[in-house]
Amino acid sequence: MTEAQAPAGGGMSVNPTALLGTGGGRGQRLIGTAIAVVLGLLVGALLILLSSALSKEGFDPFLPITAYGALLEGSLGSMRGIGNTANATTPLILTGLSVAFAFRAGLFNIGAQGQFFVGAFSAAVIGSYVGLPAPLALLFALFMGFLGGAAWGFIPGALKAWRGAHEVVVTIMLNSIAALGLNLLASTIFKDPSASFPRTPDVQPEAILPILIEGTKMHAGIIVALIAAVAVWFLLFKSTLGFEVRTTGANPNAARYAGIRPGLITVLTMCIAGGLAALAGSIEILGITRNYPAEYNSTYGFDGIAVALLGRAHPFGVVGGALLFGILRSGAGAMQRKTDIPIDIIFIVQGAIILFVAAEPFLRRAGRSRRRATPSGAAPAGSAA
Amino acid sequence: MSALSAAATRTRLRVNRGWATTLGVTLGLLALLVALGYGPAMLDLAVWFVEFLLTRPYIILGFAVPIAYGALCGVMNERSGVVNIGIEGMILSSAFTGFLAGTYLHPVIGDVPAALVGVGVAVLTSMILSALHAWLSITVMADQIISGTVINILALGATAYFNQLLISTADVSGAPTLKGLTLPGAIVDIPVLGPLANALFGQGPIQTSLVFGVIFLQLMLFRSRWGLRTRAVGEHPKAADTVGINVIATRYRNVILGGAFAGLAGAYLTLESVGSFQDGMTAGVGFIALAAMIFGRWTPIGALGAALLFGGARTLGQAVQISPPPGEIGTWIAGWPAQIFGMFPYILTIIVLAGVVGRAIPPAADGIPYDKEAGG
Repeated sequence: MTEAQAPAGGGMSVNPTALLGTGGGRGQRLIGTAIAVVLGLLVGALLILLSSALSKEGFDPFLPITAYGALLEGSLGSMRGIGNTANATTPLILTGLSVAFAFRAGLFNIGAQGQFFVGAFSAAVIGSYVGLPAPLALLFALFMGFLGGAAWGFIPGALKAWRGAHEVVVTIMLNSIAALGLNLLASTIFKDPSASFPRTPDVQPEAILPILIEGTKMHAGIIVALIAAVAVWFLLFKSTLGFEVRTTGANPNAARYAGIRPGLITVLTMCIAGGLAALAGSIEILGITRNYPAEYNSTYGFDGIAVALLGRAHPFGVVGGALLFGILRSGAGAMQRKTDIPIDIIFIVQGAIILFVAAEPFLRRAGRSRRRATPSGAAPAGSAA
Repeated sequence: MSALSAAATRTRLRVNRGWATTLGVTLGLLALLVALGYGPAMLDLAVWFVEFLLTRPYIILGFAVPIAYGALCGVMNERSGVVNIGIEGMILSSAFTGFLAGTYLHPVIGDVPAALVGVGVAVLTSMILSALHAWLSITVMADQIISGTVINILALGATAYFNQLLISTADVSGAPTLKGLTLPGAIVDIPVLGPLANALFGQGPIQTSLVFGVIFLQLMLFRSRWGLRTRAVGEHPKAADTVGINVIATRYRNVILGGAFAGLAGAYLTLESVGSFQDGMTAGVGFIALAAMIFGRWTPIGALGAALLFGGARTLGQAVQISPPPGEIGTWIAGWPAQIFGMFPYILTIIVLAGVVGRAIPPAADGIPYDKEAGG
């Protein structure tokens, strides 16, 4: 590997094996992920115990069980809860797919957050300004949302491929530009004059995602997300483009020798990743918020990074990771109502889970050396100087 | 080393050409405007702008302080070959823990000691988070972007969680803030120098330390043995290792020390500037810091310059609305929404990264874990 071939925008590039777990089969990776999830939940339990010790009601050693019980009850215990869980899982699947797809090409899409916003805004504007008959209005708004995000993803892809600018830094900047720029558009040109705070007009009824189960808030977005997961899986593992994406991710130079143009793949990958994250934003608008508020606040884009990691950048893993985080998210409110534990604990749990996933190579190495050391008995841990 | 110095020369040439282009384009535009008869109006604007700069240095520097300290953290990390996008989370965590310590200690030990201990706690917090980042990226060789992301997620959740638990629902009054020197009126009234002295010394110890810290770090990085070693480790760790520099230890030390700067940025927010803590109050300052580091081409002085530029843009955004610049153009500029000024740092950074105006090139080994046994 020659230095000259490295992009000028940074020596740093994502090594997919660092993300997908080194060594070990799929089963071993699954066990590793499960351990990380359990450890993350344990960290949450410890913090809950701490908050119990600080509270005026006195120390309750069973509070973590009560809290997690309330969380599960809230997210899965009723049809209503299941509907909310599905709605929370939907955007997580799509932003997770966005980050995971880029991972496979050796790209780190920190920009899912900005692409999510662009998709949300595009869908909000198209959904409210363009009048079409029922199924077309929805499909067109979703499509334009996807396209908006693809265009936003094109920028870092093109800058990386043709100018060597590193996509991580560019997408971080683009996230802020998207938030501020769309804030500006939603409070000026596209502002709903009748609204009490700056936001775009409400989406027309024809463009709203239908409710799937009567009596719940579960909208059809989950179907779009699951179709997207299968489509990404097919694209990655069953298509020529997917092969080229994965080859570029594994070794851009080898890809070049194989006749693949890594630059083109980079641009295409970022466009698709941008479109996926934007689809999440579009669905959030067309299914939940119905308009784009100037101060739109959402962390689904950033959470996509965590979901992609937890799912080991595999489309079906992403669905699993998104479901876990979706359960945490939709049950957190019920937990807070019952136990007074702040909702934010679930973000600590999410962070801790990802921390343990990231540290897994170390944990595995430590485990292996202990296993090697124990039979010989020569070097028990702690005796080293 | 000859390859290194050749690379350095090449960079310098490219930078100069970039600036020459910028200067040429700017002068050309000015000439065009004068030729079109906008000369007097431009002069009025220039007078307004100079007056703006001369009267508001303390606001500009105030905005620049957390950005610059965050950027110094970035410089320390990336110069030794570790990418850190977790600066945002570090600043937020430090802002919270410093505020927490100040809040709970000031009834016990008094205002000034509590604020000082708060600063210490803030610095320590970011150093601990940096140690975590160092361990993940150097020893575990986890992806450094992921490590930074983990820190950002954890910081956002943990500060909000403990804020609700220990501050918003508890019966406490906020933390005290650090005060600057009260300069005698005779000094403050001196034109140009007075406001400048006030900005430097009149606002608070963390703000005062910034300029000196930047100069010190600049000298250390480019004139000391530590600096040479740090840069060697960031540019070509294998070569550094061959001449006997401990790559791993150097990286650990610099990443953890760099955390202290992020800690100061956080302490500045809650213990010197704002005086309270809100969830997610950093609002991207850590990312602007990253932009300042890149725009300043990974040097402390450059980072300070970029932070001042970004802080100046934000101050300008407020100033045009409070006292609009004269003339037609002035009224037009005053109509610009605040978001335009807010986007300025990010757009500028992308332009620099794209190489439109003098390309920004990071240290060669930036973000690559050092594996002694691996080749190349």
